[in-house]
Amino acid sequence: MDHAAFILGSWIGTGIAVIAYAVWVLRRGRALSKHASTEEKPWT
Amino acid sequence: MTPNSGTGTSATRRLGVLVIVLAIALALFGLRFSAEDVVQGSTVRIMYVHVPSIWTAYIAFILTAICSGVYLSRRQRSLAWDRVAGASAEIGVLFVAVSLVTGSLWGRLTWGTYWVWDARLTSTAFLFITYVGYLAVRRLDGTHRQRARRSSVMALLAILEIPLVHFSVNLWRSLHQDASVADPNAKVKLDGLMLFSLFLGLVTFTLLFVWLVLHRQRTMLLEDSFADRGLDVAIAERRNEAGAQ
Repeated sequence: MDHAAFILGSWIGTGIAVIAYAVWVLRRGRALSKHASTEEKPWT
Repeated sequence: MTPNSGTGTSATRRLGVLVIVLAIALALFGLRFSAEDVVQGSTVRIMYVHVPSIWTAYIAFILTAICSGVYLSRRQRSLAWDRVAGASAEIGVLFVAVSLVTGSLWGRLTWGTYWVWDARLTSTAFLFITYVGYLAVRRLDGTHRQRARRSSVMALLAILEIPLVHFSVNLWRSLHQDASVADPNAKVKLDGLMLFSLFLGLVTFTLLFVWLVLHRQRTMLLEDSFADRGLDVAIAERRNEAGAQ
């Protein structure tokens, strides 16, 4: 594949950005829900 | 369900698994199975993440505007609308950033430069800055309702940029290519697998967006609850202090 560094860089960069954000959201949600009552978590 | 499942439910877990499977399929089709473009060569493979990124950002900002409009129009203003708007805008900013970076890498290979002050690129950068501003407005001091009112008004103004960005290639002379897939009269015809890979990218990123919004707006609900709780404690302490004097 020509220009593999640019192409893979685009894909890997996208993956890292999305995964990093998703992990941050999940960890923050998990940390907050530890101290939340059931009423504060209507989805449960 | 486990005692602390965070912001997840069985539905979001199933959706998450589906997104992972689709992302793997997208990588296989986008990087391996689909053919190289006659003109662009292998650089067309960047399009399978670049186009879905800006597509997702458009969806995110449109959802932000819809939720903001609903929040302002209802007599019983539910902060749930504001939280979905905020979550959606935050994710939209992420995807605009991804779109700008991947587009810049594609531009380096195709145009020989990472950046040009072209109408599409400049308007997209302006869109990014506008929504970073929207997120900053959400962090200003005030009650949740003040935050919701301010940011809803801003979202309804900011959405006007979307048609400007999208039609900038038609309104001004632009290096960026015109619509090629969505336009039935376009001269560009995509190979079957290339079209499939692009479509798969749009579906995957859209479902990923839904998954992220579900989790993020729940996190925002918890943040609001904790902020209210902190405020209640502070008021109770002030009352105790006043009673003691």
